[in-house]
Parts: sequence; structure tokens; C-alpha cells
Amino acid sequence: MNVTLHPLGEACVKITYHEEVSHSLTSRIQAFCRELASLNKEGITEWVPAYDSVTVYYEPWVLNYDEITDILEDITAVATEASEKKVVITVPTLYGGEHGPDLEDLAKEKGMSQDDIIKLHTNEDYLINMIGFLPGFPYLSGLNERIAAPRLESPRQKVPAGSVGIAEAQTGVYPIESPGGWNIIGQTPLRLFQPEKDDPFLLNQGDYLRFQPVSKKEFNQILEQLEQGSYEVQREEVSR
Amino acid sequence: MKLFSVEKPGVYTTYQDLGRTGYLKYGVPASGALDRFALQVGNILVGNPWNTAGLEITMQGPELVAEVDAVISITGADLSPMINGERIQMWKSLTIKKGQVLEFGRPRIGVRAYLTVDGGFEAEEYMGSKSVYEPAGLGRKLEAGDELHGNPKKQKTGIGLFHTEIPAYDRDAIVRVVKGPHDDKLSPEVLEQFFTNRHEVSPQSNRMGYRLVSDGIKTDHEGDILSDAVPLGGIQLPANGEPIILLADRQTTGGYVRIGTVIGPDLPLIAQLPPGGSVRFKEITVEEAQEIAIAQERDFRVWEKIVR
Repeated sequence: MNVTLHPLGEACVKITYHEEVSHSLTSRIQAFCRELASLNKEGITEWVPAYDSVTVYYEPWVLNYDEITDILEDITAVATEASEKKVVITVPTLYGGEHGPDLEDLAKEKGMSQDDIIKLHTNEDYLINMIGFLPGFPYLSGLNERIAAPRLESPRQKVPAGSVGIAEAQTGVYPIESPGGWNIIGQTPLRLFQPEKDDPFLLNQGDYLRFQPVSKKEFNQILEQLEQGSYEVQREEVSR
Repeated sequence: MKLFSVEKPGVYTTYQDLGRTGYLKYGVPASGALDRFALQVGNILVGNPWNTAGLEITMQGPELVAEVDAVISITGADLSPMINGERIQMWKSLTIKKGQVLEFGRPRIGVRAYLTVDGGFEAEEYMGSKSVYEPAGLGRKLEAGDELHGNPKKQKTGIGLFHTEIPAYDRDAIVRVVKGPHDDKLSPEVLEQFFTNRHEVSPQSNRMGYRLVSDGIKTDHEGDILSDAVPLGGIQLPANGEPIILLADRQTTGGYVRIGTVIGPDLPLIAQLPPGGSVRFKEITVEEAQEIAIAQERDFRVWEKIVR
């Protein structure tokens, strides 16, 4: 396996995998992070998986650069197997209308019906390559190129939390209200980031995300259940 | 116990400790004090664990009325701290008495001062840290009328750094950099200019990052890379040739070429630069960088022993 390590200052090291981004690579990076977590090594404080890299933060007064690179190289040699199972999280989404104000224009632009767009958008299980940009924001791959669309010419000042959007060849969900230029085609009642909870995050790197269209009535029901704490997020483990 | 009432909040005053650990992989910025040296020394001086939250005070300080006798210290930028109108010594623990007013005057040197208090402040904790990060709703800045609470333990006073141990903040900083990881995407001319130019601090600098304006860096690289984690002190070089040094509130990942990383022990020099100040970069090896960080950690431990 072709892997290189590079120091980022005195307390951080980047491991780069020199290969194309793929489901297999994301799964191996996930395996690397699992190994690193189970090692529970003093001096290693945290790590961030990305498309073709993992960045590891450490304390130089506990581990010097030679020591940390030895440890990490050993792990890359062990974590070579992609997992046979995948976790799929279902994200109920209300498409169009006030919850997806750009769906109508996008459909016109593409010469399709709104239902066609929804069908293409919900057809795929999207791989979460990494999490970043905003707390809990998933970088998803797998968008059907027929519904790829450039960013809005003038970004919105406020995109509500839960908004589902498309920008270029990517689709994503806004975890918190933020300014944004994505084409908003729907909204999920689920919260991807809840800082007050013990486990504030809905999604993990390496998991898959499935959008499921819901009606306005179902959307409101889920909101109500979420408030009462009775909603169970659909999270299933399936074979690849 | 009520420690202080906030008469005036100052321009941007927030609780900051050393930041949250373990949540970068979920896209949550680390946050924490921009001048980690000043916060840690401030905590050592009042007998706290180094990681205790203090108030990070930016340029124009707050006005606080003491509700009890408390041992405090002010470290970092010299923003003319005063008790009842009298200048007080910085980098030294001292007692503020019930009813006395702590306020700040004209900023003299640096941008960010730290108020630490014996026993620390009580404040809402999110994901193991009291560091305020407003964009994600993690706490908020100080407002007039706030009450600041804590649990003082009657620490001794009069403990301070030697004159020579106090950092010499300046409007012009030279900071040390470990090169990479994307320097191989840049031409030798761009690297040469980066390491020889004096770069000016733009007014668009904040806790997320310091933007620099630099004459004559003519980039010819593709500005974007496959997104990866951006470390504290990472220096992005977008295609416009204006470097950005990423700080505590940075987004966790990014897609710009990074020329290098400012070493942790030199980041306080960046954090204390005002707009219009300048910075130069000097390349060192990772081994040299680690020696500097280890030496600083050793200093903290020695000072802590002296205080206890």
C-alpha cells in the first residue's frame, strides 16, 4: 500500500493514501481510525479522517515524530481490509415547497418533473467520505450526475438546519442554520448536531445515508416524536 | 458563589480554556484561547489546572465589579488593566477586594488579555469544554448585567513571572514554520517569496484565522486540493496569493493548498498581532519544533511546582 506521512507542525501528522477515492478506501480509513481508537495510546489526542488521508493530533512531549510515525505506519499495515458490512442511516426528507425552495427551478432547469429529481436523489445510498466544514456536516459521494447543479448565484443569508441541498456533484444536509449557496431541495426534521446531548452527532465517517421522501404530515409527526423523545432513527447494518 | 458583576462587557469577551478535544472528526472547531501560553501561565499563577477556563478579553476590556475577595491574574496583551483606576501589575497573582472595580484602558501592546481567577469560572460546558464558539451555539460572549460565578479556594498571591520570562509581543512578529504538506505544489519562486516577504495583517483577521496581505506572491498553482483536516497554525495559500493562518475557531477541514504550519509555541505572537502589524516566516525542522514545544512544557511544569 502506498502511504506517506508528513508532519503538520510539531503536534500533528498527516497520513496520505496515494490512490483514487473509493468506497474501499473510505472503509479502510475507517478501519485505521478504529484501530487507532482501540490502541488508546497515551499522547495521541485525536484524529480526523478525510477523503484520502487521516490527520492525527498528538503531544510531542509524550511521543516524538519518529515514535508517532512508527505507531501509525504499523496501523496502516494492519488496517488493510475494507469492512464487509455497512451502516445505513435513513434520513426522512420533505422535498419541495417552502422546505425545498429550489426544487422547482432545478426541475425546470433539468427538464424533469420534481418527482423525477426526488426519485434520482433518493435512489442512491450515499457514502459519508468525511465530516467537516460545519459541526456534523457530511461530505457525501454518489450523487447522480443528472441532478448535479452549480451553486446559487447569490447565496442565502440563512439556510435552516436540516436543509438538504445540491452543489455541483455533491449533496449534503445543513446541520445548523448557516449562510449557504447550495440549491435547497428539501428538509429533514432530524438534527445532525445537538450540542446539548451526550452523543451530539447523527452521522459518522464511513456510514451511508439514505434519503427517504416523506409527506408534510409525516414530517410534522416526526418533529413531534423527536420533541417527545419517542422517535427512533432508522440505522441498519447490511452487507455490501 | 458570585464573583463578578459585569458592568460593561467589552468588545468581545468570552470564556476560553484549551478547547474541546475529540470532536474535530465531527466538524466541531476546537476553539480555546488564541494565546495558549498566556492562559496557561495565568492559570498556574492563581493555582488552577492549566486547562481551566478564563476570560479572553479582546482589545477593549470589560468593567467588572468584584462581589467577593478573589485572587486573579491578568496575562497576555497589555490592555491597561486597572483596579479602582490604579494600574495593576500583569503576569502576577493579586487580590481584588469585594466592591472593587476591574477595568481596562487603552490597549498598549497586543490584542488579547486573559483574566484567570483562583478556582476558575463556573460556566456551561459543551463537549467537555467551556470555550465559547458562537456560530454553533456553544455559549456566547459576555453581556452587560451578566453575573460570573466561581469557587475561590483562597490561593496565595504575589506570584509572578520573572521579567525575562514574560513574552515580548510586538507589532512585527517572526514565527517558525514546519513546511508542508502541499509545498511540492508550489514553485520555488513562490516558496522563496513566502519565506522572505514581510506579510501585513489584514483587518479581516479573527479567532478563525489571520489573513495576510503580501506584495508580489504570484501563485500559479491550482488553488484546490482534496479536502483534508486543517491543523492549528496551518497556513493556507489560496490562488490570490494572500496567506491565511488558521487558528482555534478554524473550520476543521479545508480544500486549499497549505504551505506549512506555524509551530504552537509561536502562535501567541500571531494572536497578539493587531491589523496592520506584520509577520515573517522562518523554516525549521519538525525535530527543532518539538524541542521548542517540549522546553515550553517543561517551563510550565517548573512554574507550577514553584507556585504549589
